[in-house]
Amino acid sequence: MKKKYGFMLSAVLAAGTLLSACGTNDANNESSGGGSSEGGSTDFKVAMVTDTGGVDDKSFNQSAWEGLQQFGKDNDLEKDKDFKYVQSTSASDYQPNLSGLIREDYNLVFGIGFLMQQDIQTIAAQKPDAQLALVDSVAVNEDGDPMENVASITFKEHQGSFLVGVIAGMQSESNKVGFIGGVDSELIKKFESGFKAGVKSVNPDAEIFTQYADDFNAAEKGQQIAATLYDKGADIIYHAAGGTGNGVFTEAKNRAKNGEKVWVIGVDRDQHEEGMPENVTLTSMIKRVDTAVIEVSKQTMDGNFPGGKVTEFGLEEDGVGIAESQENVSEEALQKVEEYKEKIQSGDLEVPSTDEEYEKFESSL
Amino acid sequence: MKLLKGKWASITVPLLSVALGLLVGGVIMLVSGYNPIVAYAALFNGIFSNTYVIGETIRQMTPLILSGLAVAFAFRTGLFNIGVEGQLLVGWLASVYVGLQFEGLSPIVHIPLAIIAAALAGAIWAFVPGFLKAKYQVHEVITTIMMNYVALHVVNAIIRTYLLAPGERTDQINASASLQSPFLESITDFSRLHYGFVVAIIGAIIMWFLLWKTTTGYELRSVGFNKYASEYAGINVQRNIVLSMVISGAFAGAAGAMEGLGTYGYMTVMADFTGVGFDGIAVALLGANGALGVVLASALFGGLKIGALNMQSVAQVPTQLVEIVIAMIIFFVASSYLIHWISNRVSKRGKI
Amino acid sequence: MEYVIEMRNIRKEFPGIVANDNITLQLRKGEIHALLGENGAGKSTLMNVLFGLYQPEKGEIHVRGKKVNITDPNVANELGIGMVHQHFMLVEKFTVTENIILGNEPTAKGQVDVKKAAKDVEAISKQYGLSVDPNAKIEDISVGMQQRVEILKTLYRGADILIFDEPTAVLTPQEIKELITIMKKLISEGKSIILITHKLKEIMEVSDRCTVIRRGVGIGTVNVAETNQDELASMMVGREVNFSIQKTPSNPSNETLEISSLVVEDARKVPVVNGMNLSVRSGEIVGIAGVDGNGQSELIEAITGLRKAKSGSIKLNGKDVTNWKPRRVTESGIGHIPQDRHKHGLVLDFSIGENMVLQTYYKRPFSRNGILNFSSIMDKAKSLIKEYDVRTPSEMTPARALSGGNQQKAIIAREIDRSPNLLIAAQPTRGLDVGAIEFIHAKLVEERDKGKAVLLISFELEEIMNVSDRIAVIYEGKIVAIVRPEETTEQELGLLMAGAKRKKAGETT
Repeated sequence: MKKKYGFMLSAVLAAGTLLSACGTNDANNESSGGGSSEGGSTDFKVAMVTDTGGVDDKSFNQSAWEGLQQFGKDNDLEKDKDFKYVQSTSASDYQPNLSGLIREDYNLVFGIGFLMQQDIQTIAAQKPDAQLALVDSVAVNEDGDPMENVASITFKEHQGSFLVGVIAGMQSESNKVGFIGGVDSELIKKFESGFKAGVKSVNPDAEIFTQYADDFNAAEKGQQIAATLYDKGADIIYHAAGGTGNGVFTEAKNRAKNGEKVWVIGVDRDQHEEGMPENVTLTSMIKRVDTAVIEVSKQTMDGNFPGGKVTEFGLEEDGVGIAESQENVSEEALQKVEEYKEKIQSGDLEVPSTDEEYEKFESSL
Repeated sequence: MKLLKGKWASITVPLLSVALGLLVGGVIMLVSGYNPIVAYAALFNGIFSNTYVIGETIRQMTPLILSGLAVAFAFRTGLFNIGVEGQLLVGWLASVYVGLQFEGLSPIVHIPLAIIAAALAGAIWAFVPGFLKAKYQVHEVITTIMMNYVALHVVNAIIRTYLLAPGERTDQINASASLQSPFLESITDFSRLHYGFVVAIIGAIIMWFLLWKTTTGYELRSVGFNKYASEYAGINVQRNIVLSMVISGAFAGAAGAMEGLGTYGYMTVMADFTGVGFDGIAVALLGANGALGVVLASALFGGLKIGALNMQSVAQVPTQLVEIVIAMIIFFVASSYLIHWISNRVSKRGKI
Repeated sequence: MEYVIEMRNIRKEFPGIVANDNITLQLRKGEIHALLGENGAGKSTLMNVLFGLYQPEKGEIHVRGKKVNITDPNVANELGIGMVHQHFMLVEKFTVTENIILGNEPTAKGQVDVKKAAKDVEAISKQYGLSVDPNAKIEDISVGMQQRVEILKTLYRGADILIFDEPTAVLTPQEIKELITIMKKLISEGKSIILITHKLKEIMEVSDRCTVIRRGVGIGTVNVAETNQDELASMMVGREVNFSIQKTPSNPSNETLEISSLVVEDARKVPVVNGMNLSVRSGEIVGIAGVDGNGQSELIEAITGLRKAKSGSIKLNGKDVTNWKPRRVTESGIGHIPQDRHKHGLVLDFSIGENMVLQTYYKRPFSRNGILNFSSIMDKAKSLIKEYDVRTPSEMTPARALSGGNQQKAIIAREIDRSPNLLIAAQPTRGLDVGAIEFIHAKLVEERDKGKAVLLISFELEEIMNVSDRIAVIYEGKIVAIVRPEETTEQELGLLMAGAKRKKAGETT
């Protein structure tokens, strides 16, 4: 007990600063609130469950984990104890993994990817006291309303995709570009529609090839599809396919080695590294899963768990955009990007996020 | 060494195999810089420590039992059904389809109907390789593997075209077709344990009864052991080859129904195979192609799979390493031959 | 007296049975020593003890006067003991030389020196008069040649004590003669031989001394020159044995089996049964004599429904049964003791009980509405086992575990018990000992006397002559002659089987 008292002094100090910083403290967050009175902010525990891609998928699982690590560093949390990840080896693992972390008394548990939606919904209903967060989709109850104990995080991927589409449209020499999607789904359609709209806005004559791999984690499939699209004449391919996209880089690098001039547009993270040393990454559509994870973790730790809310990260919130590595993007294109960015933010331009919206958009050009 | 021979061998040898597997797995973990004692404690806790994991283990066993029975059944007739995976997928889809229809039907009718639909779908899927084998001597290993791919993509296409709901999946099936049980969930702290377990056990009993107590089983086993003698005895060999595949496929389809009506209550567009059908091969071989053996082997497989989650979460052993350790244990159990051999060597040496 | 091998008071137990008990075997240098016993008497067990495959519970083995401990076959090889197995252990696709050096390859610069090996093999082959082509492939040479390769293999490894395990079981009469010559040559070159057999004729012809085992117990050793077949047989079986079959003249009545103009093709579409006519009447045994491969197998398969007849007809009691399915044929009253008991006759992994109902399991009382009734199946099996003296630990024992003779008895029990109008017995006594042969012949005659028709196919003329009431000689798919055993000789049959025309009565030889 002695140890605990000594510890409490610093804890109370820390808690004090924290409370004053955030001002109000929600009453419904008793678990974290109650915890902080005894152990201070270090009592906060947060964890995430990856899908089958794992934290080295060079895509959104990795991005989420980077965010969580950053959050841990900023708040002096201990890895594997106060913050950690658990990887799923199959879809049937999602539920026991999520459930296990709640059982281990994690104050906030992230499910990364829309594939976990059903499992999050089930667990959220079973454990009303648990605090969960779902990335890329909205957890809803039986009435279709967002669930009170799940923070849903979505992104306006179509906006970011539009910008890289603009770059592709400007810089394609063959006037042919490709899009490779992971799984044909509502989410990936946002990437596709935004990208196509961006290309067509600056280059109405460009031809766009679209193909889905039906898999987020099959690099060899990605490579094959990329080969097909490059053979068809595309010189820039935008992938929104997670681990499958790694194969697109492999193919592009192979071709670059043979002197072909081909580009890849990365997704989720700045994928400049993946294109090296052949330097085939034109740009990347970044989706700040890390920012989102940090943001929601912070809010929760501060007692403002955004349960029941759908937090949407768009251009305005810096949740999506083009990557910092811009050495391969032309001045001209960058100017155009800035132009469109303003138009989107001001609301002058509504970027399509579904097939129907895209069709409408295209005919209005 | 006495314990490794005679009537105790069937118990001591598998136990020793598990111990050896744990030992080798432990060495691998030690070399990779993880504490095997912590890891194994986590594994053990992950299987037994609370009602939730016990519930999940049984839930995991359920489709494994049925897919193991499917492989074992075909094997009894001398056929390798590598297509359990595909038959499972079509069974899953069929069960979900029936589960989505007939709103308001009584569960007493609806559940059996959905399971029968699944079994039927699996049976039809397995009929094709069976027929080709019987009629044209096309090797069933090749055809069943190919049918797996056909199943995967056809099932995905059907879901996309006709049954798609938000989230790359079908809608939730009607409650009247669901095997899920709030009662079982409540006693196991919200695990996904469902009544499918009962179905799997009934499946094991059916297999045992069919093989050992009926004339059909007599014919199937006879064909499996000796085609020529069966033909000589007037047994229709070709018919039995087809029948064996069909029954095997029915078990596999029922395994799919366990996922469709129990664990999930829907079906997602599959990026890849579930692996349950392939694990069924190992389960069947480990269980010596017997009904009870399959149930026990499923318990081992299912337990290790669920315990592995905890091993990763609590002991921070990477999933890849966990899979290696699990593979080691199964490897040693499967190669209990090695243990027999060692015991024979030692007992011989002892005499010299 | 110095012995090259002396096995003293050997005892070997297996769970539940004593396979060898107090057996003593002494092999002199340069002799052929026969080891005689019924099927399952324990001969193979004793030899496996000598070869190091089994360890005895009691007893000692001395080789050339020294006590040895043979722990595995390698030790036996080093002691100069070689075994010529009954079932050859050869790789079909390899040449003779490759097979001989397998596991013991001479190497030059890390490569197998096949040329040198072939030379060595040829030299040994010449020395012992084996005349084997070292470069021929195993799949291309005859069974007799393959056996010589096995002999060569042991000689190549430097064996001077050779164990022959039932060497004549698979050979033709001509090949047997040649083998005997080879064995005598081996002796003259200073080798010693143990010959495992249950054929009395061979023992009398070739061996110097003979040790007899009965049901695992050593009975004694006799000098062959001072004994005769009858004495050996009674030592082996434990009672007097009748070599000649006791039967009354046949009393045939109506025709049970009528085959007319039958044509059957083999797998290569060659008509191997080519316009055959044959009839078997109830109350008689018709023996088919012929060299293997003249259509005998295809004829049986056509009758029993296992193979389609191309043309012609098969009638059973006047009913046309041509190209019926096997089950219908069986149900219409045909019993069949198949030529290959392991392939067709038994499901070796089934219990004896299950094998006993192979054709009747779907009938009452063995099953009802598709559910097997094991107690009635096992009751049936028990009574058949008793009636036909099938020696098995129990009716639950897998058929695989039984000796050849007992397996055959089980098949015969099953087939005769169904009381068929026509019993087809294809090589019913192949590989069996005198006791079993006597029993089976008696059963065939008994069926005849009950008024059944019996069709016997055998490659052993002695059997055909002894058992049949009429002999049909088959040659190139046709019946070329029908003779009565009392009116013919083995020589005449041999000529007919080779395609010679029968001399008409009155013509002189």
